[in-house]
Amino acid sequence: MSLADVLAGVIFVALNAYTVLGGADFGGGVWDLFATGPRKQRQRDLVAEAIGPVWEANHVWLILAVVLLFTCFPPAFARLGTLLHIPLSLVLIGIVLRGSAFTFWRYGGTEDKELHHWGVTFAIASLITPLLLGTTVGAIASGALGEGGSGKGEGFYSIYVGPWLNPFTLSVGVFALVAFAFLAAVYLTLEAEDRELRADFRARALGTGVALFGAAVLALLLSARYAPRVRNGLIFAGWAVPLHAFTAVAAITALAALWRGAWRVARVVAAIQVSLILWGWGLSQYPYLLPPDVTIADAAAPAATLRLALGALALGAAVLLPSLAYLFRVFKKRPAALA
Amino acid sequence: MPDLLAARSQMGVSLAFHIVFAVVGIAMPVMMVVAERRWQVTGHAIYLDLAKRWARGTAILFAVGAVSGTVLSFELGLLWPGFMRFAGSIIGMPFSLEGFAFFTEAIFLGVYLYGWDRISARAHLGAGVAVALSGAASGIFVVIANAWMNAPTGFQLVDGRAVNVDPVAAMASPAAFPQALHMTLAAYAATGLAVAGIHAFFLLKDPANAFHRRALEIALLVGAPAAVLQPISGDMAARHIARYQPLKLAAAEALFRTESGAPLSLGGWPDVARRETRFALEIPRGLSLLAFHDPNARVQGLDAAPQDEWPSVPAVHLSFQLMVALGTYMALVAVWAGWLAWRRTDLAHHRWLMRALALGTPTGFIAVEAGWMVTELGRQPWVIYGVLKTRDAVTPMPGLVVPFLTFTLLYCFLGVIVCWLLYRQILRSPDVPEWRGFYMPGRGKREKGSEAP
Repeated sequence: MSLADVLAGVIFVALNAYTVLGGADFGGGVWDLFATGPRKQRQRDLVAEAIGPVWEANHVWLILAVVLLFTCFPPAFARLGTLLHIPLSLVLIGIVLRGSAFTFWRYGGTEDKELHHWGVTFAIASLITPLLLGTTVGAIASGALGEGGSGKGEGFYSIYVGPWLNPFTLSVGVFALVAFAFLAAVYLTLEAEDRELRADFRARALGTGVALFGAAVLALLLSARYAPRVRNGLIFAGWAVPLHAFTAVAAITALAALWRGAWRVARVVAAIQVSLILWGWGLSQYPYLLPPDVTIADAAAPAATLRLALGALALGAAVLLPSLAYLFRVFKKRPAALA
Repeated sequence: MPDLLAARSQMGVSLAFHIVFAVVGIAMPVMMVVAERRWQVTGHAIYLDLAKRWARGTAILFAVGAVSGTVLSFELGLLWPGFMRFAGSIIGMPFSLEGFAFFTEAIFLGVYLYGWDRISARAHLGAGVAVALSGAASGIFVVIANAWMNAPTGFQLVDGRAVNVDPVAAMASPAAFPQALHMTLAAYAATGLAVAGIHAFFLLKDPANAFHRRALEIALLVGAPAAVLQPISGDMAARHIARYQPLKLAAAEALFRTESGAPLSLGGWPDVARRETRFALEIPRGLSLLAFHDPNARVQGLDAAPQDEWPSVPAVHLSFQLMVALGTYMALVAVWAGWLAWRRTDLAHHRWLMRALALGTPTGFIAVEAGWMVTELGRQPWVIYGVLKTRDAVTPMPGLVVPFLTFTLLYCFLGVIVCWLLYRQILRSPDVPEWRGFYMPGRGKREKGSEAP
């Protein structure tokens, strides 16, 4: 395993963290949008409380992944920026609106009508951004973005739109959205302080847990036509069977834990389940960064840069990990556990 | 609108928008920490109120700064893939370090904002200090990356490709120190004097208002020293560009002809067609003296390069003049305030000082924007000075006017809302009658319990 592989792995870890932490914050926005029933307002308050202290820190995982990508794999970053200009710009607008609307909503006025507008903006941006993020992942996985990818055609549409807009990429978008909503619902069962609210999110978690399976099957079926490399990796590679077995175990455990009310177990297992699916994607296209032809080694920066980046990572981790542990210890410990 | 111009405009709008939040994000946590510390020492709730208000301000501005900074990190690839392909491996390092600093800032801001009742007073203040320090660090790292674009080092150019890349040498670009110092001071000066100016405005109407008096004190404490030091760091920066980026200096000073004992042009309109600066007040040998500390030094003019490698001389010259004029104003007002405080004058009752401060509210931010105009426009047509032209770095995607207009509208919308929220959340003075008693007429800064910790 080369130095470039290690750094690609680190970037993937950052993406993984963004998915299970930042993703859940987006999912919280989705549940804000779909808050229903007699406890509508309390559901929304719980989402806001849970996201408040941590969403900024969770968001930075994405920035970390981006800066590491352009430091360690500049040509790949340049290619992604060029071919995915449109969806990434839309993702950015979603991120801007989500983050500022959430802040304005919390620190905003006292009038219900105004608060309502921010709440709606926050919720809709939370719905659309994961869809688009998933779509860009689908575009990479489908092999459209490499040098010899399908993004090589003529004309605006076939270069700047075609690669990321097809049934497969959209199915990955839907999958990402459902996964984020699932994670948020599972986490919120643990955050909820009373039985009724917890039951609300338990029902949502179970529902999205089943929907997640459906979305995965749909994406896999579509991948046969649109992303054969990923599909073949996911089915025929040596690691495929154990990975699927672990994922299945995690998925079933998560649902069982939700069913039986083991909220803490459910939280951990759900995060593992989604992470395993993510790593399945990563492994299926290894050693290609941008299939079908740009490998990790092709796109890697000079060794001097990679070594330094690794050093900076070690240094950064020495500061960050204790700080993060502190943040989550202060805010994510349930009052019951403190008592 | 040509695509290159649209891309440059979008990047310019994004940077101009983000820099305001970045600047406040560096300095406002310092004010918030000072206020909290004073609350802990004096026990007076007015300081707690101030700390909480500034924390809310930091929260609002940090959130917008975080998302607009995310936009910038993506835009490097969305608009300038040619730049990233060439430079990513060389200057990715300061961006990565900035990522970590920013991460630390986000973590401790979360702890600070939501931890009032959850952690000890000491830990809470510590979290505030961590926010202030990591905010300054992340600003410095980003400026280091920009400094490399102005004075690129740490690689060799062979056939248009960078070889022997040394990211550490790239971070040690000769522009790094003067630029980072100038920008960090600018952040404290601009924010401190802006906050002081706003409270001075309210004190003109109600000089006995204890809330505004305390706010003014702390804001001046943070802003005034930086404003006084800024001309010195400006001199360092100018001497640096005289040596390393002579064309930028020539454009800033509208010096068309290379000459020894070059004069300093104040104001004036650079007429590029006639290659002369009209209506300027000229100080003989002034530029040689300022740029090289030698009245007879030879200063390179624009004629040292072909005209197609000139930046836009009027834009750079006017921005530079504006920055220097506003910076001078801020330094003078800061010295004046310092002098009056030294003389134990009650600042809030000094109407002329309050007027001067109130008038100076936006000056720091305008100066910051103008200064970045000088840095960025003054480097054109290069994106990496002498190495890569901006037009060779832009994305091949057509129709860039669409994202430019979209992001401009988005930012205008956000800007209006942020101003409105800040007014409502921070500036409106609290309605707590007993706080009036905290102020004792005539003693100003000297009253018991309000000395700096």
